[in-house]
Amino acid sequence: MLTREQVYTWLEEVKDPEIPVLSLVDLGVITDVQITANDVFIEMTPTFVGCPALDFMKQDIHETLSRHGVDRVTIEVTFRKAWNSDLITEKGKAALKKFGLAPPPSRELFTELDVLEHAACPRCNGTDTELRNTFGPTLCRSIHYCNTCREAFEQFKPL
Amino acid sequence: MNETALKELLYKIADDQLILGHRNSEWTGFGPLLEEDIAFSSMAQDKVGQSYALYQMLQTLSEKDPDTVAFMRNSDQFHNSILVELPNGEYDFSLIRHFLYDTAEAIRFEMLSESSYQPLADISKKIRAELRYHTLHANTWVKQLGSATEESISRLQRSLDLAMPYALGMFEESPYEKELISSKIFGGEKELKDRWVKKVETIIAQTQLNLPDWKTLQPVTGGRAGKHSEYLQPLLDEMSEVFKIDPTAEW
Repeated sequence: MLTREQVYTWLEEVKDPEIPVLSLVDLGVITDVQITANDVFIEMTPTFVGCPALDFMKQDIHETLSRHGVDRVTIEVTFRKAWNSDLITEKGKAALKKFGLAPPPSRELFTELDVLEHAACPRCNGTDTELRNTFGPTLCRSIHYCNTCREAFEQFKPL
Repeated sequence: MNETALKELLYKIADDQLILGHRNSEWTGFGPLLEEDIAFSSMAQDKVGQSYALYQMLQTLSEKDPDTVAFMRNSDQFHNSILVELPNGEYDFSLIRHFLYDTAEAIRFEMLSESSYQPLADISKKIRAELRYHTLHANTWVKQLGSATEESISRLQRSLDLAMPYALGMFEESPYEKELISSKIFGGEKELKDRWVKKVETIIAQTQLNLPDWKTLQPVTGGRAGKHSEYLQPLLDEMSEVFKIDPTAEW
């Protein structure tokens, strides 16, 4: 008997194509899973509206569930429960940091640019850092520089 | 709900985003410094992606698929404001246009996040959050360069004077303005413009730039009704060149 918990466990295997240590579940883009008889219905939402990885993620979900013998999968992309950076789980934030990406600060704090000015460096945890660009190599990342490590790093943007 | 009015609204917003997104992408590889190259390219990706989502919404209202809508129309079928189709010019003009446009767009999506058409309200909340990075970027540079050197100030001032009549054209009213307001789909161009003027004044007041006298300005309109400048059709020809070689190709 297929359960939602089982499907969520399998979805842990599907990673963000640009951040291979972060599962879609921990990223917070899976907003619902429903099961009726043998049909799986998954609701998901992109991090950024223009995220080019969305089709790839959908295909990856189909392939992963298919490997577990689940082929009747419907995926709906909606903005009913839109993504925001606070939906990244604690486990996801730890994975981001280990990958070298600073996790996003709470978006409640993001009222001024100042909160981005001194992002904590994912290597040394220091905040003697500078914001170099609110735009980065992908839509969801900004570019920073750590004065202690004397190296650049990226932060997953609060949104 | 008046579906014709809703579609007209969605088309003009999506077309604005697509055309300015395309103009922004023309900075890729040409930015005055690497950081700006990345910024304009990222904003291009955001805007084109947002237009795609809005064209998808139009498809659920029985319009054609997004690729056909984006690539197969002629300029007289586009509803974008003339402001967004103007050539990039030099960096000062692109920056001023980006500031005037994104200030309006951020308020437009804030208003639309209260729309009675729920799918539009949902996506507007999302887009509004993304546009925050665009307005932060515009405000930061306008404030810096608007108070920096004699050259940066005079360049921005010249571009501001040039862009302002076109910027006012963004608020050209729809033939369905009353229906949109009464059905609470959108609060209307008048309210949007009033809020935009206040915001623009607040930022410009923090620089050494001067705003032209609003009363003497004549808005350049026509874009919303498909009457464009000579600059739109060449942009569309270039944007759709690859698509039109084989519209049925699988990508």
